[in-house]
Amino acid sequence: MTNHWVDIKNADVILIIGGNAAEAHPCGFKWVTEAKAHRKARLMVVDPRFTRSAAMADLYAPIRVGSDIAFIGGMINYLISNNKLQMEYVKAYTNASFIIGEAYGIQDGIFSGYDAEKHKYDPASWAYELDKDGFAKVDPTLEHPRCVFQIMKQHFARYTPEMVSKICGTPLDTYKKVCELAASTSSPKRNMTIMYALGWTHHSQGSEMIRAGAILQLLLGNIGVAGGGMNALRGHSNIQGLTDLGLLSTSLPGYLQLPKESDVKFDDYMTRLTPKPLRPNSTNYWGNYPKFHVSLMKAWYGKNATNENNWAFDYLPKYDASYDIIKTFDLMFDGKVNGYICQGFNPLSSFPDTNKIRAALAKLKFLVIIDPLTTETSNFWQNHGEFNDIATADVKTEVFRFPTTCFAEEEGSLTNSSRWLQWHYKGAEPPGEAKGDPEIIGELFVRLRALYAKEGGAFPDPIRDLTWTYKVPNSPSPEELAQEYNGRALDDIVDPKKKDTILAKKGELLSTFAHLRDDGTTSAGCWIYTGAWTEKGNMMARRDNSDPWAIGQTLNWAFAWPVNRRVLYNRASADPSGKPWDPKRKLVFWNGEKNTGSDVPDYRPDAAPDDGVGPFILTAEGVARLFAPTGMAEGPLPEHYEPFESPLTVNHINPGKPLAFNNPAARMFKKDREKLGKPDQFPYAATSYGMTEHFHGWTKHLKGNAAIQPEQFVEVGDELAKEKGISNGDRVKVSSKRGHIEAVAVVTKRLRALDCGGTRVHQIGLPNHWGFMGLARKGFSVNTLSPSVGDANTQTPEYKAFTVNIEKA
Amino acid sequence: MDINRRQFFRTCTAGLGGSSLVMLGFSPLAAQAETRQFKLARTTETRNTCPYCSVGCGIIMHSLGDKAKNATSEIIHIEGDPDHPVNRGTLCPKGAGLLDFVKSPSRVKFPEVREAGSNEWKRISWDEALDRVAKHMKADRDANFMAKNAKGDTVNRWTTTGMLAASASSNESGYLTGKVMRSLGMLVFDNQARV
Repeated sequence: MTNHWVDIKNADVILIIGGNAAEAHPCGFKWVTEAKAHRKARLMVVDPRFTRSAAMADLYAPIRVGSDIAFIGGMINYLISNNKLQMEYVKAYTNASFIIGEAYGIQDGIFSGYDAEKHKYDPASWAYELDKDGFAKVDPTLEHPRCVFQIMKQHFARYTPEMVSKICGTPLDTYKKVCELAASTSSPKRNMTIMYALGWTHHSQGSEMIRAGAILQLLLGNIGVAGGGMNALRGHSNIQGLTDLGLLSTSLPGYLQLPKESDVKFDDYMTRLTPKPLRPNSTNYWGNYPKFHVSLMKAWYGKNATNENNWAFDYLPKYDASYDIIKTFDLMFDGKVNGYICQGFNPLSSFPDTNKIRAALAKLKFLVIIDPLTTETSNFWQNHGEFNDIATADVKTEVFRFPTTCFAEEEGSLTNSSRWLQWHYKGAEPPGEAKGDPEIIGELFVRLRALYAKEGGAFPDPIRDLTWTYKVPNSPSPEELAQEYNGRALDDIVDPKKKDTILAKKGELLSTFAHLRDDGTTSAGCWIYTGAWTEKGNMMARRDNSDPWAIGQTLNWAFAWPVNRRVLYNRASADPSGKPWDPKRKLVFWNGEKNTGSDVPDYRPDAAPDDGVGPFILTAEGVARLFAPTGMAEGPLPEHYEPFESPLTVNHINPGKPLAFNNPAARMFKKDREKLGKPDQFPYAATSYGMTEHFHGWTKHLKGNAAIQPEQFVEVGDELAKEKGISNGDRVKVSSKRGHIEAVAVVTKRLRALDCGGTRVHQIGLPNHWGFMGLARKGFSVNTLSPSVGDANTQTPEYKAFTVNIEKA
Repeated sequence: MDINRRQFFRTCTAGLGGSSLVMLGFSPLAAQAETRQFKLARTTETRNTCPYCSVGCGIIMHSLGDKAKNATSEIIHIEGDPDHPVNRGTLCPKGAGLLDFVKSPSRVKFPEVREAGSNEWKRISWDEALDRVAKHMKADRDANFMAKNAKGDTVNRWTTTGMLAASASSNESGYLTGKVMRSLGMLVFDNQARV
């Protein structure tokens, strides 16, 4: 979230799209009802299903699964054509005025720089036109035909309300009301928040959906303000934390990146990742990349990371490809992965194309499960009839199961969607011989290190040299680990502006990442978490819930990254002269001497309004990117593409252009592509989701939840049910080209048929909570049906839009 | 002064005049009307965070025992933390049933192994389990670690064993997991944020 849960109460309009907070984040949704009750906020919900969030809405708009870019694109068009923009914000805080090079263009839905054979773009032609000093050229009048504003205007003009209605199936009058209500927040005194979740990330073009939402919010001046923002409602209690800590195939902690194999030399790596400013006074905070990286390497390798060995650069693995889960299970299926460790993760239920996943797991030599519960994955080798049909004796995989603590039995911090790190404490001992995860990882590492010391082996150096100063070596404590990622001064850290001032003494815990150095005198295992545990103690354990500015900013409750900031880009809550856009909802403002307010400024404290710094300090431009010259796989502006399995045979925005039917930059492996269905056999759109009574595959192991929702069902619209002769309670078979499931049919008006340019589109709802383990009735993995194709940027699978057939079982 | 029925009778047998207590306002009738003591009155409270979605609701866990070395704690009740600025004491239907998670009959209690081709789990010791896994990992790493690529550039990567990390585990656990796996050169590495 750019903002945070409580801040939702400051919104005037709330748009929930690609999420269902009332059911998936109920206690966060409370702040929506708070805004409705106390600010007279209006709630709009856009969803294929009439969810419980929709039931609370002032305005509900149905939408065909996977068509969200067209939906938002049309809203952007509405704002531009009706001059409903917060123009002063757009001019000063976005790249609307930046001029793009002549080589840029889009034709038939394909942007310039496309390589059709490799399904990849070279983004060189999307770049800004630079002046002689290397800064981007701008036209503050926004009239230059190649300035971002004009390019955007032309790009989105194609998304007329009629076009949107044809692609999305949303009735025209409803759509117009959505546009009008959103447009009401172009006033500096009215703000809208967008709340989205996996309903946006689970698409082959999910990243661009989110970008489309961000563009909409920027045009309305709704980013960096109270009651605004792009708010990702994340799925698990610490999924934000594990993302922050870089536990993804090509990441390092704090959004640093692993080197590619093309980063042959340390300087190649540093140059690639350290941007140069694109405007004269922009902060360009990522220009500090070397400080963050060297501090990480000092945390991991201590004295063994030196200037001479490029801070142990060769101790980091260098990647040739992203070994994300889709790629990994493709390799595993081909017998190229031998060992796999699942820590609190149940891939047999969670990953697309269950039959492929099961077959892949059976090719492993060893599988290690670290989990408090008996997961399907741990028992993948057991035959459970139609729910898990496998020849047990043929499976040669050795499977180990390590029992772990659950939340109640351990101490540490979790990072919620608001970026708050909250410390929790242990209440009881775990059952049996269960151990905490840090102890299990510690035990494994200590054993491996001993084996390498005794026997030698492949490149033992990083294993030998890894910092391991924990008091109990096989069981590092949460305190030790938290202090390690927070970071320390390894020498006295002197203020570069006042040489007689020491910012942090040698050995002290650091209070801010502003003190990090690239000369080896600081360590920090995750730079964005610096400040979480300082010389003043554990900031994550703070429990003062006072709110002195009365807008829900509890700065002394826990610790929010970065540097306890609660709303990102908060300098944009004030106008260019430093005055709050809305004096009733002040975040940060210029008081004549410094930037101050109810939040920690996301800005240099002493940067005066006329310094031209720009409120988006992380971009090299200093402003937000309506147009993304780099960073996106499938283009600088969002364009609608159909899901890889669509109930339509035409992409209405680019009809008759097969290259632009699906995301042209998506990666799909051959054997997965062969398993894509066509609408003649699989005519119905399907989407998977969670329910309020269950949490993924966990709660079917709990008595209460298993009793409340004991059996698998699918939701079918009443019109389709009638057509197919399906009655409420019938058993139905739902199939895709990859397999089938059977479940009870719930015939409902919640999923209505939509008219998409003359095609009647029916949508099937697939709640995803059952399996062959646990206390509820046995059920099928819904992912038996879903396809192995991911978002072109993140490789997050397209769980929310594929096609199926349905018949009475 | 709080007093319940049992304490009242105990007080009487100890010889204190009942009548004086009545004069103080503690009539036996009122005392007898109270059937039993509030069950959470003597529990130990521990602050924690709900492990489900990312709202991060504060919870209070009530356990028997005072966490002394010789007293085994048992969590008997979990409720919302009223001081928490987001959930303000409330919990959703899932969070309200968290005690069932702690006490789920599906909890794994001991290290186990399913041998190749076998149809059953077998209980083993932690030492055996960890030693066997460490040996598997080392054997695979030693056999398949790639120090240099075809061009001869140093890459120091291991792609034949992988890991999925847990997005419900703590930051401290996640940090340690990442640090250890990267030190081995592991690239096949993701967590739930991928899906």
